[in-house]
Amino acid sequence: MEQQDIKVTIIDLNGNSHTVDAPTDINMNVMELVRSYELAPEGTVGICGGMAMCASCQCYVLSDHNLPEKSDDEEAMLADAFYVKANSRLGCQLHIRPDLHGLILELAPDR
Amino acid sequence: MIKTDILIIGAGPTGLFAVFEAGLLKLRCHLIDALPQPGGQCSEIYPKKPIYDIPAFPEVLAGDLVDNLMKQIEPFQPGFTLGERAETIEKLDDGTFVVTTHKGTKHHAPVVAIAGGLGSFEPRKPPVANLEDYEDHGVAYFIKDPEIYRDKKVIIAGGGDSALDWSIFLADVAEQVTLIHRRNEFRGALDSVEKVQELKSKGKIELITPAEVVALYGENKLEGVTIQQGPETFKKECDHFIPLFGLAPKLGPIADWGLEIEKNAIKVNNALDYQTNIPGIYAIGDVNTYPGKLKLILCGFHEATLMCQSAFQRIFPDKKYVMKYTTVGGIDGFDGSRKEAPKAVIKSID
Repeated sequence: MEQQDIKVTIIDLNGNSHTVDAPTDINMNVMELVRSYELAPEGTVGICGGMAMCASCQCYVLSDHNLPEKSDDEEAMLADAFYVKANSRLGCQLHIRPDLHGLILELAPDR
Repeated sequence: MIKTDILIIGAGPTGLFAVFEAGLLKLRCHLIDALPQPGGQCSEIYPKKPIYDIPAFPEVLAGDLVDNLMKQIEPFQPGFTLGERAETIEKLDDGTFVVTTHKGTKHHAPVVAIAGGLGSFEPRKPPVANLEDYEDHGVAYFIKDPEIYRDKKVIIAGGGDSALDWSIFLADVAEQVTLIHRRNEFRGALDSVEKVQELKSKGKIELITPAEVVALYGENKLEGVTIQQGPETFKKECDHFIPLFGLAPKLGPIADWGLEIEKNAIKVNNALDYQTNIPGIYAIGDVNTYPGKLKLILCGFHEATLMCQSAFQRIFPDKKYVMKYTTVGGIDGFDGSRKEAPKAVIKSID
């Protein structure tokens, strides 16, 4: 199982950096990763459960990774989110894949 | 004062199903919800999305699930206090409770079941300085009485259905309606988008996109907003600014009811009956927590069922009760209706 994990660094709302192991083989996304490591208070991230229908998992991508294009749903939700920057993404739409090893994210204060 | 047997706080799927299970035990229910319609998140956030893990439903839309639950509980005539948030709870000397909403509506019941999900839905407020200073002085997040906008200048912000729908509605009421959104595309229903387009070409709605409101001004009351569009900033006069950016749940006043809270959820005794640390107050569905908790609708249904059995014992400590299958016992509604399995026809062969 070990070789299927990648490292993802998440900066929480207090500015603390956490580098965590993220499995690539269970269809996990960044929002779920944040929740599973309890990097934000329970009930504040992933409110819609990962449907791109709330912006509670918004994060800023700080590393230079080749991320999948935003879907229309994600674009539309980010247009109604707050504190949006050019590097904003919804964590629930970023699936943990081997090529995201070394990804660095910061949680957005929109919650 | 509204009186009932089980007062349910939260009219999502778990709260609604509790009405059914209580009804089988001849217990009446009343539900309070901050949203104007029943269904909780299923109605508010994802009514058109499918759910695949409701037992015996290979696929069901969240909105249809709510409609089915409403139909299922109809014989048990639940009461509803909608659009009001449960604010305070008081335990009376006889062990019963009075729950008062933020509008002052009082409810009296021997048992309270909190089925509040992630909390009560409250408007998401954009991060604009001084926004809260103008609340009730020109800034509102809900449209309660459209008449106050008659012949006024109104600015609406947002890109979803409520922003579109209210722009359309107010186009006939207000002197001027301006809709501001951060992008040119809107994610609301197609016919609403087309209607706004039509009203725009008739000059009844002014559309400013891609743009956002970045500041408010006015002495004592709102007089206008500052809009940023690309590199430019400009001011626009208005009487009302209505930011419509959806709702987000907050545990809210329930957090101060003296209940044991862990990770934004209410701790309950899951080995027995989902009762909280205060006897007579239960917590079921997404709002509770216990070792191994899963926030699933199907788990909420189970929790609601066990809660009702315990509530019955609490309300009628001396009554003997044996659980009956609905196939055997049928359903006797409080409305006088009766549903039962058809009797077998026995016929002899000569």
